[in-house]
Amino acid sequence: MIPASFTYKRARSADEAVALIAEHGDEAKYLAGGQSLLPLMKLRLAAPETLVDVGRLDELSYISDQDSHISIGALTSHHELATSELLSRELPLLAYAAAQVGDPQIRHRGTIGGSLAHADPAADLPAVALALDATLVARGPAGVREIGAHDFFLSLFETALQPGELLTEIRVPKPAQAGWSYQKFTKRAIDWAIVGVAVQGGNVALVNMAQTPVRAGMVEQALAAGAGPGEAAERAADATSPADDLNATTDYRKHLAKVLVRRAIEQARGRS
Amino acid sequence: MEVSVTVNGSQVAGDVADRMLLVHFLRERANLTATKVGCDTSSCGACTVLLDGQSVKSCTVLAAQADGRDVTTVEGLSSGPDELHAVQQAFRAEHALQCGFCTPGMVMAAVSLLAENATPTEDEVRSGLEGNLCRCTGYHNIVRAVLAAAEAAAGSSGGPSPQASTVVAAEGNGAQ
Repeated sequence: MIPASFTYKRARSADEAVALIAEHGDEAKYLAGGQSLLPLMKLRLAAPETLVDVGRLDELSYISDQDSHISIGALTSHHELATSELLSRELPLLAYAAAQVGDPQIRHRGTIGGSLAHADPAADLPAVALALDATLVARGPAGVREIGAHDFFLSLFETALQPGELLTEIRVPKPAQAGWSYQKFTKRAIDWAIVGVAVQGGNVALVNMAQTPVRAGMVEQALAAGAGPGEAAERAADATSPADDLNATTDYRKHLAKVLVRRAIEQARGRS
Repeated sequence: MEVSVTVNGSQVAGDVADRMLLVHFLRERANLTATKVGCDTSSCGACTVLLDGQSVKSCTVLAAQADGRDVTTVEGLSSGPDELHAVQQAFRAEHALQCGFCTPGMVMAAVSLLAENATPTEDEVRSGLEGNLCRCTGYHNIVRAVLAAAEAAAGSSGGPSPQASTVVAAEGNGAQ
C-alpha cells in the first residue's frame, strides 16, 4: 500500500513550517514521526495534498527542568521520553506511559507532539497529558498561545489547534501528589488500548472511553471525599461513552474501566 | 524529489516520488531485497531496518524522511556473504528461524535492542521484540538467540562458544 500522491516539503525551522502550512492551505498537514499519519495515508483514510515535514526540527526536541514544571519539545520521541532520567525522576507516569506506546520501532519515530495533535482517543499520551494537567503551546500565523490539556481534545481526531497551528511544546507541572499508575489493557502487545487509565495523585484520566481522552470526574470526586479505591472505581464509567467495536463491546469497556481504575488507584497509593 | 541515503555505508541517490516508502526505496532502488514487506501496516516488523542506528519500520517511513541519513539493512550487518553478525550467528545456532520471512526484521530489531541494552533480561528481550511477529517459531528460540548473542558479546559466564567468539572478533574488526 502506498499513500495517495502528495507534495513533500521539509521545514528547516518552526517558523518556516508555519509559513509552509499557511502557503499550502487547508489540505496541508504537518508530518512529525508519521507513525499515526502515514498508516492512515496508506489506508487512504487521510489524503493531504501537502506534507510539511517537521521531523528534523531539533529545536523542538528537548526535555528541560523549569523548576515548577518540565518543558518537553513537541518532537521529543517516545523513546526519548521513556529513557529520560529527568522524566523518570520528575514525571514517572509520562516516562512509563511513553514506554507503553506501540513498540520499540514506533517509539523511535513517534513523537509526543504528534501523538497529542493526532488526538486518537485510544492513544496513551493524550490521557496522560490530561491526568498531569499539561499545558500545550501552539505556534501559528497569529503567534504563540497556550492551551490547557482539558481544553485541547475536542472530538475524535479533533483538537483545539487552529488551521496552520503547530504544537511546539508540552509543559507539565511537577505533580503535587507523587502516587501514579498507568494501566492499559490490550489483546496483543502492540495494540491500541481497549481501555487505559492514567492516575497521578487524585487525578484520573481514561483512554478510549469516549471520543476524546476524559477525566473520570466522578472517581476523582469520590476519592476527594475519602472513598477507597474499590468504591471510587465504581464510578469509572459514569458519563463515559465508549465505542462498541470489534475489540470490545460498550459494556465490556465500562466493566474494564472500573477494574483498571481500581488497580491504578491501588498502585498509585502504593507509590505515594 | 531527489533523495540521497547512505545505505549500508554506500550512497544511494535518485529521483523518487514524494510518496515513496523507505522499504520500496531499499528494495527497488538499492536492490536490497532482504527487507520484507509483511503486513504493510506497521504491525509485523518484517520491514525493520536501522535509521541512524535505531530500529524503524521502513513501511512507515518515507524515503524522503531518510534523505541524508544512514540506513542499515540486514545485508549491511556483516562485511560479506561468508560472514555473520553475532546476532545472525546466534539465530543460526539457536534455530531461531523456520520459514525465514520475519528474520531480517527480527535480526535488525534485536541488533537495535542490544545496542540500547547490551545485557537484557529475558523479559526485556521479549518486550524489545514486541514489534516483530513470527508465525513459525513461537518466539522461544528467537529470545534464546538474542540472549545468546548478548552473552557472546559480553564474553561472560564461562566464555562464548568458539563460533560466537570468531564472529565477535570479526565484528570488532570493522564489520559494522
